[in-house]
Amino acid sequence: MSQDIAILGVGLHQWGKWGANFVEYGVKAARDAIADAGIDWRDVGFVSGAGTVRCGYPGYVAGATFAQALGWQGAEVNTSYAACASGSQALAAARSKILSGAADVALVVGADTTPKGFLKPAGGYRPEDPDWVRFHIGITNPTYFGLYARRRMDLYGDTQDDFAAVKVKNAKHGYHNEYTRYKKLFTKEDVANSVMVADPLRLMDICATSDGGAAIIISSLDYAKKIGKGDAPKIAAISTVTPTFAGAVVEMPDIATDSAVAMDARSFRADLPKKAYEEAGIGPEDISLAEVYDLSTALELDWMEDLQLCERGEAASLLRAGETTVGGRIPINASGGLACFGEAVPAQALMQVCELTWQMRGQAKGRQVEGAKVGITANQGLFGHGSSVIVKR
Amino acid sequence: MGNKSAAIEGWYSLDEERPHLIGTQCQSCQTYYFPKQSTFCRNPDCQSESFEEVPLSRTGTIWSYTNAGYQPPEPFVAPENFEPFTIAAVELEREKMIVLGQMISGVAPADLKVGDKVELVMDTLYSNEDGEKLIWKWQPITGATS
Repeated sequence: MSQDIAILGVGLHQWGKWGANFVEYGVKAARDAIADAGIDWRDVGFVSGAGTVRCGYPGYVAGATFAQALGWQGAEVNTSYAACASGSQALAAARSKILSGAADVALVVGADTTPKGFLKPAGGYRPEDPDWVRFHIGITNPTYFGLYARRRMDLYGDTQDDFAAVKVKNAKHGYHNEYTRYKKLFTKEDVANSVMVADPLRLMDICATSDGGAAIIISSLDYAKKIGKGDAPKIAAISTVTPTFAGAVVEMPDIATDSAVAMDARSFRADLPKKAYEEAGIGPEDISLAEVYDLSTALELDWMEDLQLCERGEAASLLRAGETTVGGRIPINASGGLACFGEAVPAQALMQVCELTWQMRGQAKGRQVEGAKVGITANQGLFGHGSSVIVKR
Repeated sequence: MGNKSAAIEGWYSLDEERPHLIGTQCQSCQTYYFPKQSTFCRNPDCQSESFEEVPLSRTGTIWSYTNAGYQPPEPFVAPENFEPFTIAAVELEREKMIVLGQMISGVAPADLKVGDKVELVMDTLYSNEDGEKLIWKWQPITGATS
């Protein structure tokens, strides 16, 4: 039985540091998605919001907050919070509702307003909180990105120049995307001249936090046909699996991995897309393009290997050959990625799906991957949350 | 001064010669835990609630390394003049786990390679009116620190 659902409409609010209420971004994105779908707001039977924990109580009940701002119309409502995977979990909840037949059309929406400066844990003496412990010792988020990057250099021969090339490529991709925050054609020299944050990564290797909003209208295939959108792009898989004990890689915010004495160590990042491929019934060889979570430039290369788009250790050689640039064999982050957007946590995974939708329709101005048929996303955040979504034509 | 105590109580021995991290071990499936776990085993196939405190291996090999080029935010206690410090992820062979920690001062990322052998030492994390607060740090075993 087909588990596919149709993507009728997508919408984004431009990413930036606007300082407005997150609800504004979400509503703008939702109205765009509704208009793009060619439906009426009252046709939406299920509103699935991605939560935010930085914007007070309205953020904890984001689904209801957005539904009220769009005008209460009696739809059923849901809110999902799952760190960076919040958007995907909200999408998964809406898909289940549609596949069960309980709703025909759903709105999935996420938005965030981020504070300035470092995100830091609550103070005091709280050694029971791993997040407190690691900051007390001086271990920040970029520390983890630096560890992964250094390991690539020692194991596979990647260089800082390779990492800079990821930034240059993504800057080029995002330059024509009207929704990106950073529109500058950065050079390798720009990256090399930025300050060292977590050796070997410099400031421009690491993504910023942003304000932004994203929304998607999904429906059953029957409904799509009924309104004349039988050829709309489809969601073929959503993976939101947890890691499997014992985790092989030290992940934020932990200061140690699981011990693999009783069970073999496994990579969470590699397990996420495996489930998506199985569910969609397609393989890495079918993928036209990928949107991956480039929290750092080097992490984009890890993701390519975790998505099985190349052998372990081979990502940098694809990059050097231009294969991951639009026009190459397997473009990565055609949207510009987090390098150009910065991270708006509850909107980011949805933004990836919006980009794949435009790509499948041939509407990605200035960054279109010709003949794109299937795309995959990958994303990961704190406390074992992550997602991988497959969109096909 | 001269008064030394642990920055995080109960996480490691303050033995001057051979300090070690204090973990726990599940008495059923033998999985190690650091920080200590003493209620429920996290192995999905293990129902054990029985744990014993154990000293963790004092030596390991570098899984990877990086540095803190920027002064971290609180609750990091920053000295008056912040200097970048090196951080290592160290693989413990017996425990089959990776533990993060600062490297001792004087060791730069450029001095390290994945696979280098290191040992655990006690060093100052910060000082205040109560004296020196100690934390575990990793030190190259070859002594090739500068």
